[in-house]
Amino acid sequence: MLTLFIQQVLNGLLDGVYYLLIALGLSLIFSLGGIVNLAHGAFYAIGAYLTIVLAPHIGFGGAIIASPLLVALIGIVVERGLFQRFYRSDPILSLLLTFGLAMVAEQSLRMIFGAPPLSFSIPAALRGQIFLGEFIYSRYRALLLLIAATCVLGLWFLLQRTAFGRVVRAGVQNPDMVGALGISLQPYMVAVAGLGIGLAGLAGVLLAPIYSIHPAMGQEIITPAFVVVVIGGLGSFWGVVVAALMVGLVKGITIGLGLTQWSTAVIYLMMLLVLLFRPRGLFGERIQRFE
Amino acid sequence: MTDRQPSKFRVSRRQALVGLSAGAATGLIASPSLILAQTPDAIRYGHLTPRTGFLGPLGEYGVMAVDLAVEEINAAGGVNGRKLEVLKEDSVNPQTASTKAERMIERDKVACILGEISSASCLTISQVAARNKTLFVNTGGNSDALRGESCNRYMFHVEHQNSMYVKSCGRSLMAQGLVKGKKWFSLTADYAFGHDLLKVAKRFMEANGGQFAANKLVPTDATDFSALLIEIRAAKPDLVISNLAGNQITNFLKQYSEFGLSFPVAGFGFDTALAWAAGKDNFGGVWPCVWHHLIDTPETKKFVAAFTKKYGKPPENQAWGDYMAVKIMAQSMNELKSTDTAKILEYWEKGAKFDVMKTRPGYFRASDHQLMSEMYTITALPAAQVKNQWDLFTSSPPVPGPSEDLEVIATQGDEAVCRMS
Repeated sequence: MLTLFIQQVLNGLLDGVYYLLIALGLSLIFSLGGIVNLAHGAFYAIGAYLTIVLAPHIGFGGAIIASPLLVALIGIVVERGLFQRFYRSDPILSLLLTFGLAMVAEQSLRMIFGAPPLSFSIPAALRGQIFLGEFIYSRYRALLLLIAATCVLGLWFLLQRTAFGRVVRAGVQNPDMVGALGISLQPYMVAVAGLGIGLAGLAGVLLAPIYSIHPAMGQEIITPAFVVVVIGGLGSFWGVVVAALMVGLVKGITIGLGLTQWSTAVIYLMMLLVLLFRPRGLFGERIQRFE
Repeated sequence: MTDRQPSKFRVSRRQALVGLSAGAATGLIASPSLILAQTPDAIRYGHLTPRTGFLGPLGEYGVMAVDLAVEEINAAGGVNGRKLEVLKEDSVNPQTASTKAERMIERDKVACILGEISSASCLTISQVAARNKTLFVNTGGNSDALRGESCNRYMFHVEHQNSMYVKSCGRSLMAQGLVKGKKWFSLTADYAFGHDLLKVAKRFMEANGGQFAANKLVPTDATDFSALLIEIRAAKPDLVISNLAGNQITNFLKQYSEFGLSFPVAGFGFDTALAWAAGKDNFGGVWPCVWHHLIDTPETKKFVAAFTKKYGKPPENQAWGDYMAVKIMAQSMNELKSTDTAKILEYWEKGAKFDVMKTRPGYFRASDHQLMSEMYTITALPAAQVKNQWDLFTSSPPVPGPSEDLEVIATQGDEAVCRMS
């Protein structure tokens, strides 16, 4: 009984990592540009559909690299064409814009690929299980975890240890000061949008073999991702990381206790509690221009 | 909140324009019925079915089938010499579904309402239909309750009830020795349909000497089944039973194969689109089916050919349901030379027979308005034997067999509790 409970907790923790890829991008784009990107889930869906198109030609390995890059490219076009007009304006406007964008993207996928879900399987070489004593885990998920963890560490390094990261962080806190120093934030905005949206695309590729692929799949993932960002605190890198793991953990515990039907409701309850007692999120910093 | 305050946020004209046009564009795409022209002397049906959400992909098959049926009916002279027109909308959820049903009846003057997949939406639509004395033909809601406690005079069911699904698949499981004295681990979709299916499955299992190792209620928006797979592995059941719905089944099948579990799988709720979405590497188990594209009858072959020609893929069972509903309605109106609700209702209750593309004709049972027709049990083929992306399974002969009454798989005696009001 106890070992089963521990397995559930562990599985929940690992589960949380998938939310990270989506939530990190969401948080990054909001922090720097103030855009609440409701279309983030749509980019995840585009990543998955691109994989179905590309994998037969360049293999799944090729798609893991190519799809996120293409999604990032679409992200950059969207940033230049749309997002940049809404920086530092009322967040309601960007909310409306990205909501519309999400619907347009979903409808386009429906028109191009049809509404019925499409099939895509784990490549034969990656199938199978890993046994760690009592704990059984799929080999594919282990790879997924490895890629996700690498991305998170890479992103952290980029933000904390490079000149690029320093400008982005300064831009988040005080864009006017950055401007006064003679640094244009524009290229940084482009890079951050490409990076954040590319990460959503990567999540799409990685989850395509184990989740159902249909045009509305973005909606399924965007809600928990938003919950993670809200719990973690806007603008906080580690906040999002900790929140994603916590959401997975709490889910795992709920299921471990036999309360499977509550496993989705419980993460909203968590968000409610955080909003009641610490509205800026667990690790959220005060960002003056949003208050 | 009544006094107007000067706007806190200055919105430039340009920003407003961009926002508005994005909103308008999505509005147009999201509600296709708004841009449909309405012909004044046409006979109009209303079609409501989920096109978004976890049942959306199935609803889309229904919509494709309706378009095909309307095309064929109009090519053959329409209904009572008038053109047939169908207003189609996304029912979204039970509340929206009833609002749209009301509008279709009152504003658009539809002759009847067809469609739906969600049992919860079926219930709200049927209430609107009964209040307005308009026929509602349910093409995809399986819950027994709709034919039981919640039945009503104006609702008919082309889709088969949960009991029929459970009893047909159950027969096959009994033949394989997977019921008597066996432990089942079941996963159940946590909404009206799932709860109803679980109730029926439990009744079947207990009557035939099986027992539960566990039953888990799964939220309808859950996408990850890894936690449940860990539990299944620990419980070591003789059979894993899916009472799941829509995309949940695909997610479950994909991840079941990913985790490499080897317990036999069967399900009581099923749609072939979900098997297609899982793909040959992941689809497994024994499932009941109200109709599928491999049935060997001339009508099925004709329908599959026409559908494949128009859409480039075979129809799945939800397509059959909506196609049948349009055809049965149009055929009845033509035979009666009338669109009068009372006349059609009486005609159906008296047992009019319809070709339902199977080996014997179907009819509506007067006691609960359930369409009586044969069912099938399908079994997944091993990946190596699969020749294309559609023909992933083999089918049983029609259930019940030719010498048996169609009633044997439906609710009987005290299982059937419908009192028409």
